[in-house]
Amino acid sequence: MASPRIWLAWRVGVFLAALAPLLFWSWQVANNAAGPEPGRYLLLNLGIGGLWMLLLTLSLTPLTKLTRWKGFALIRRQLGLWTLAYATLHLLSYALFILGLNWALLGSEIVKRPYIIVGMIALVGLAVLGATSNRWAMKRLGKRWKPLHKFSYAILGLVLLHFFWVVRADMQEWAMYAAIAALVMVTRLPPVARALPKLRYRFSSA
Amino acid sequence: MLIKIAKPSDLHESDVTPESIYLSRRRFMGGMAGLGAGLALSGHAQANADYSDVPDGNAPAWLKEKISETQWGAITPSDPKKDKIAPFDDASGYNNFFEFGTDKGDPARHAGSLKTEPWSVVVDGEVNNGGRFALEDFAKPSQFEERIYRLRCVEAWSMVIPWLGIPLADIIKRADPTSKAKYVRFETLVDPEQMRGQRSSFSIIDWPYVEGLRLDEAMNPLTLLAMGMYGRELPNQNGAPLRLVVPWKYGFKSIKSIVRISLTEEQPVNSWQKIAADEYGFYANVNPNVDHPRWSQATERRLPNSLFNPNTIDTLMFNGYADEVAELYAGMNLKENY
Repeated sequence: MASPRIWLAWRVGVFLAALAPLLFWSWQVANNAAGPEPGRYLLLNLGIGGLWMLLLTLSLTPLTKLTRWKGFALIRRQLGLWTLAYATLHLLSYALFILGLNWALLGSEIVKRPYIIVGMIALVGLAVLGATSNRWAMKRLGKRWKPLHKFSYAILGLVLLHFFWVVRADMQEWAMYAAIAALVMVTRLPPVARALPKLRYRFSSA
Repeated sequence: MLIKIAKPSDLHESDVTPESIYLSRRRFMGGMAGLGAGLALSGHAQANADYSDVPDGNAPAWLKEKISETQWGAITPSDPKKDKIAPFDDASGYNNFFEFGTDKGDPARHAGSLKTEPWSVVVDGEVNNGGRFALEDFAKPSQFEERIYRLRCVEAWSMVIPWLGIPLADIIKRADPTSKAKYVRFETLVDPEQMRGQRSSFSIIDWPYVEGLRLDEAMNPLTLLAMGMYGRELPNQNGAPLRLVVPWKYGFKSIKSIVRISLTEEQPVNSWQKIAADEYGFYANVNPNVDHPRWSQATERRLPNSLFNPNTIDTLMFNGYADEVAELYAGMNLKENY
């Protein structure tokens, strides 16, 4: 039986682990270790980092079902908010470092490039989920909270589409993320979801 | 090309490098050669870039000798302040060379496995003097020239690179094309053992990487076969030991690690056109008015840049070489022939 203090340490540990990449990339940029185009370096890393956060967030529910370990459920909101933070920084670095805050260019790019539109929709979606992730909003929304937050799967699809449209030559990296995403989504299919706890008994009895 | 005709992209006498620049040994020797050539031909000295902080390579003796005899500063930007040469580390650490991986840092990480010596080049197709040539014999009859060109990537970034090499026209003239020759087709080495990117089963590229030029584009004096950069031989990740440089076209036209040059009657299908014909054409001339379907080509980020200064500049028609090459495309619809 873990004490509340251990759960707190676990949550702080997860917080620091999610923060670490941001510090590391900043350190690289500050030390000229991020290549000749540091803004693009941050942009790409924040995008991929955000996708990782989203995949991790969405894998917590199936992991809980599989293991019944309370720790996974405890960090779900935190990782969801980290996803939003990474995605927001991703957009900010695009506006700041790639466009140089040229708002007119941002406007015309958003209209012309479908991958940017898709990315923006995903980010707005994440912001809505982030804003409704607190206890007050959960109470207010009641039964509607769950279906609303199931939109995170739609957001995952949008993010993968956004990513797909950016890839130029080698699909290996994208295919890897798409495969992980497919796996995560499959675990939410009712028959699979029902089977997960049974799988746990099989593990523990073996 | 020993006769030097002043072009708008050339350096003007008034733009000569500040006198305070430190002369390294290499630069000093190069300076002497350039001075000699400059004095003999046009009566004034050429400015030279400073390569004192560029790491020495490991060039074979014949290549070192050719490089020491280079005509330095044969072509330089008209505004060296605007077109500042990129640091060597950036030019050799930020590359697209999918034979070694798709990340910009992959070529620098993995191209060490490429064996560039000995190297031979096959010249075939519609030529009277074809054959397989050792790189040394291939390069020796021509004078090395240093040419400082803008390199504009199709991904909307650019760098200024000082190349060393010989005009492609020299090689084509020596090959003696037949009357049927209309195009030049180039091929990169295929060797999955040395090139790990060719082992990836997810790659969209059907190896070998292929590029092509129209014969008149290939014969244009700007078109260069490079064997060096920054006063030394090419690093492997930059396409050693032999690569093409076509400064008015997007970077992917400038094929690397060439093993075959064929004169053809039919227009070759270049690799990127084969992959996505709606995004990459045969011509791939730098053109700010024709966007890539997924991003604008009107501007470019001149590298290296920094976080709060993306260093975005306007992209110029034919990458600023319109005076030299625009006539090649007179009357052609460049929106259709992208």
